[in-house]
Amino acid sequence: MGAVTTDTSINGKPNQDVFAAVLQQLATADRDIIAVTSDSRGSGKLVKFGTDLPEQIVEIGIAEQNLVGVAAGLASAGKKAFAVSPACFLTARALEQIKNDVCYSDNPVRLVGISAGVSYGALGTTHHSLHDFAVLRAINNITIVVPADNFETEQAVKAAVKSNKPVYLRFGKKSMPLLTDDETVGFEIGKGRVVTKGKDIAIIANGETVYPALQAAQKLAEQGVAATVVSMHTVKPLDTALLSAIAEETGAIVTVEEHMVNGGMGEACASYLLQQGYQKPFKIMGIPDEYTVTGSQVEILNHYGVSADGISAEALKILKQ
Amino acid sequence: MTNKELAKKSAEYRKKILKYIVGAKAGHTGGSLSCTDILNVLYNEILNVSPENFGSPDRDRYIQSKGHCVEALFVVLADQGFFPEGDLETLCKYKSHYIGHPTRKVHGVEQNTGALGHGLPIAVGTALAAKMDKKAYRVFTMLGDGELPEGSNWEAALTAAHYKLDNVCAIIDNNKLQITGPNTEVCDTDPIDAKFESFGWAVREVDGNDVKALKEVLNAVPFEKGKPSLVIAHTVKGKGVSFMENTLKWHHGVPDQQQYETAIAELDSVLANI
Ligand SMILES: [Mg+2]
Repeated sequence: MGAVTTDTSINGKPNQDVFAAVLQQLATADRDIIAVTSDSRGSGKLVKFGTDLPEQIVEIGIAEQNLVGVAAGLASAGKKAFAVSPACFLTARALEQIKNDVCYSDNPVRLVGISAGVSYGALGTTHHSLHDFAVLRAINNITIVVPADNFETEQAVKAAVKSNKPVYLRFGKKSMPLLTDDETVGFEIGKGRVVTKGKDIAIIANGETVYPALQAAQKLAEQGVAATVVSMHTVKPLDTALLSAIAEETGAIVTVEEHMVNGGMGEACASYLLQQGYQKPFKIMGIPDEYTVTGSQVEILNHYGVSADGISAEALKILKQ
Repeated sequence: MTNKELAKKSAEYRKKILKYIVGAKAGHTGGSLSCTDILNVLYNEILNVSPENFGSPDRDRYIQSKGHCVEALFVVLADQGFFPEGDLETLCKYKSHYIGHPTRKVHGVEQNTGALGHGLPIAVGTALAAKMDKKAYRVFTMLGDGELPEGSNWEAALTAAHYKLDNVCAIIDNNKLQITGPNTEVCDTDPIDAKFESFGWAVREVDGNDVKALKEVLNAVPFEKGKPSLVIAHTVKGKGVSFMENTLKWHHGVPDQQQYETAIAELDSVLANI
């Protein structure tokens, strides 16, 4: 388990900015780290990386299938290739390359989906990635990691460099406060982070929805309801030991994600718990099976109840079941 | 190898391709026979790759984009000593590693392929890594003519030229047929040479069933410094078995026992006359 970062200057930034800063820091010391971009270095915050380390960035242009195929070739020859592209394009247009060239051929590409979920807000459905957990969960040999805050982001990027296996890192554009300053709550891929503990209900969230989940827990506390909040940053492999412990120790479970409710983290939790014989009030929160309402990221999330108010209301509702 | 020895290898490879397709009761017969001479010359004359150096980062790479013609690749890899040829008796059988497309579970295979339009982007990435590491290895890939409409090929063609990757060579097994019919009727990709030239590639054409000509052209790679090389290999689908040549049904037709014996007899007479 890694300790909480000592570099407090990175906290409170968008996770994708932290990703770029940490990657550059690591790449400066390791010339095998290569950023591969599809005209996406601006949104990926890699302009400085490209200026400072021009030999370690490969610009593909707007061609995501080729982005992933080329990254697979680089990885096969020993490069630690980070293929960086908006999550919506990376995991849809290049899905066959992810499936075959990366996962099936076991070329350890680090896929980085930026501006994920509904980060692009009113740009609409073409730019939303609400399918990525679902499609990647159905592919063998890939780890799916969705950091919640700057600390998790830093740790996830470092872990992705060390691991020589395919991984998908998913980041958003919103500035993210630290979830906790408790240094004992470390980070390890495949292990959910229990950010706060309470016995009445568990809120299992990931990515940018963990912070509103934490705010919901505070609202619930005001009403005498004690909530556990988990950052389930690794969607695959799922931390089933933690899920079992939560099911044993808490009365109800709400899952929250910036993803369609079909096939996401919530369904993964439900599938595991049901097959283990746990039956308790359970609610999957996320984007329903529809094209989203128009709005900014926060407006869209609020509209579908993925907010402190929405999550706490849902928690109270299922506690009455 | 002398041209005669290479020609003998080709006929022997064709006999084995047919044998294992018949054994598997499945296979891409026509395309495997059209690309046999290309694989023969690559593995016996051009590529610095062997079972001994396959783990070396300095080896040449061969990525078969037209993965469905795996029977030809497996027969050549077995002949190179990557695995015992007898393993191919399990081709496509329950629990065998020898499936109907290239897989890295088989020693000697670089990449898992089968979906079309994937070989060239991976080859380009591998060649880019060689340039970064200042390594001398080269990357070869073979595409079917029928897979040229896949857009990813053209994306990768742009990248290869943009980065001046003269260490990548793509070979098109241009047998002019695909599963539905002639390429020109399905989706006319001609003129292939002008298209790739306009993308910044150095292009040569060759009789892809002539081992001597293939040897000459592949030994001339890279054709131009700073440019990726494309070989348009004009081939005959079903080459070497007269009743299969240029005949659509042999795209993935499997010969019955009598057809198999007729084909072997024809290849034996070719061998006897070399
Ligand atoms: Mg063809």
